[in-house]
Amino acid sequence: MSLLQLTGLSVLRGQCPVVDRVSLTVEAGEFVGLIGPNGAGKTSLLRGALGLLPHLGHSSLAVLPPLARARAAAFLPQGREIAWPVSVAALVALGRGAQRTRGAVADRAAVDLALARMGLSGFRDRPATALSGGEQARVLIARALAQETPLLLADEPVAGLDPEAQLRTMEVFAGLAREGRGVVASIHDLGLAARACTRLVLLHRGQIVADGAPREVLSEANLAEVFGVRGFHAETPDGPVFQPMGVIR
Amino acid sequence: MTGWGRRNEWKIFLRKIFGLRPAMKVFISLSLLVLALFAASLLTGPAGLGLGESLAALVTGKGEALVLVMREIRLPRAILGALVGAALGLSGAAMQGYLRNPLAEPGIIGISSSSSLGAVLALQTGMAAAFPLALPLSALSGAAVAVLLILTLAGPRGGALALILAGIAISALAGAATSLVLNLSPNPFAAMEIVFWMMGSLADRSMQHVWLAAPFMLAGMAVLLRLGRGLDALTLGADAAATMGVNLIRLRWGVILGTALAVGASVAVAGAVGFVGLVVPHLLRPLVGARPSRLLPAAMLGGAAMVLAADVAVRLIAPDQDLKLGVLTALIGAPFFLHLIWRLRGDEA
Repeated sequence: MSLLQLTGLSVLRGQCPVVDRVSLTVEAGEFVGLIGPNGAGKTSLLRGALGLLPHLGHSSLAVLPPLARARAAAFLPQGREIAWPVSVAALVALGRGAQRTRGAVADRAAVDLALARMGLSGFRDRPATALSGGEQARVLIARALAQETPLLLADEPVAGLDPEAQLRTMEVFAGLAREGRGVVASIHDLGLAARACTRLVLLHRGQIVADGAPREVLSEANLAEVFGVRGFHAETPDGPVFQPMGVIR
Repeated sequence: MTGWGRRNEWKIFLRKIFGLRPAMKVFISLSLLVLALFAASLLTGPAGLGLGESLAALVTGKGEALVLVMREIRLPRAILGALVGAALGLSGAAMQGYLRNPLAEPGIIGISSSSSLGAVLALQTGMAAAFPLALPLSALSGAAVAVLLILTLAGPRGGALALILAGIAISALAGAATSLVLNLSPNPFAAMEIVFWMMGSLADRSMQHVWLAAPFMLAGMAVLLRLGRGLDALTLGADAAATMGVNLIRLRWGVILGTALAVGASVAVAGAVGFVGLVVPHLLRPLVGARPSRLLPAAMLGGAAMVLAADVAVRLIAPDQDLKLGVLTALIGAPFFLHLIWRLRGDEA
């Protein structure tokens, strides 16, 4: 079952296309890592796919009315905004707003599960704004998890997290994919992406230049062409390891 | 044991009605406070009536002079105090929630100043003297013009910044036009009347004012009270709110129209009563866990309490001098505002 279908999606900023005729299908069970250098169009692609930006072409999410879209996909924006000092539990519960199966019991269970998944169970009653930046980021991820949608779109979810939280977040996302849901996350840490994602989509100047298994996408040619770096690959008992090693231009 | 059980049942019953457990104490206390101040407002005045006789007159309608005082002078004043305060507190909470800024107030989108301009024009042209409802009607038209301007300038889709800038422009324009009217005023008495009106007051209002303004205020408040979920979601920013199922265009319309109806009508009958919409939501926010959806009803009750209290105070402090309500709220509100800035400065350092 495909959770997201983009056909010839373009997002224009003025005259210049920042996302250029992207076609992409995300199936249930996939954890797609959206990679590419700064300004490649990752954020615009995610926002365009959700219909948050004016766009050309077709997106299966953008055509939905707001409530139906909120049940089909959750979105974790890059900017981590928390305007009011609400409690962590109340913030995470905001993700329940659009759910059809509501009620105190189901909501509480979803909130508890999301908090537990992000290792935040001890933070329930703390004001979210009093937490550190990384902790706030985890709370916001928990909010998106509590929405319990078939698809999760996350814009740089692990930026600024400590190593434990980074690994935990990637493991949670991979777990969602194993449960039969889908995740699309833009990610700058290629090593994390290579380990956890089932599929990488490499974006360069608004276009998809590679799409497939992590090992194939992170090829020497792609790394040189798109990122201007060379990398080191290895297979270990703990899984694949990738590390960018040096700048080549 | 049974006592505990009964209390628990009562709690569950209340929870069913309000659906708000931790904030419930706040709602109940605020409601009681509003009721007490409403009664105090009914019992305050130069006529010096006894408690029992005035309430009896109000309810039974026996005793000519007493009934006149209670039903035609004090009752409309108390009702308008509660309504104006509720409208200002509620729209202040909605505006702060929508703009995600604790320093926002209902006047920020230019409704108050253009509504004032409408009233000033009615005073200046003599329409207000010719027939009594000319002033509030003209003020309401001013608010309507402001809404049209806001929607033209900031559109139903724009961001918070566009709305604030449009509001500043409209406020400036309406303020300048008001000054122009004063400037060109043919005689000092007309100018003085305008200046006094602009200070904001609930003195000498009739039931006619209530019947005129109440439908607008109640409609506006009904619109604003329904925005809780959208404003809650907006805590996490516009993108997050939109993807949590909130229709941002409808939310924006709701905030603008609800504020215009509630604040426009309250300016029409009471003039500019400042600082209530700014201070009340800020005072109550910590008591309701900072959630915009809970702050809306709390600020509505809190605003009603504050204006009723201030209106009782102006009658007690200077019974013979017609101390203006807006002057008192600003005198209390402005130092509080400074305190707020002082604290924010500490947080951001």
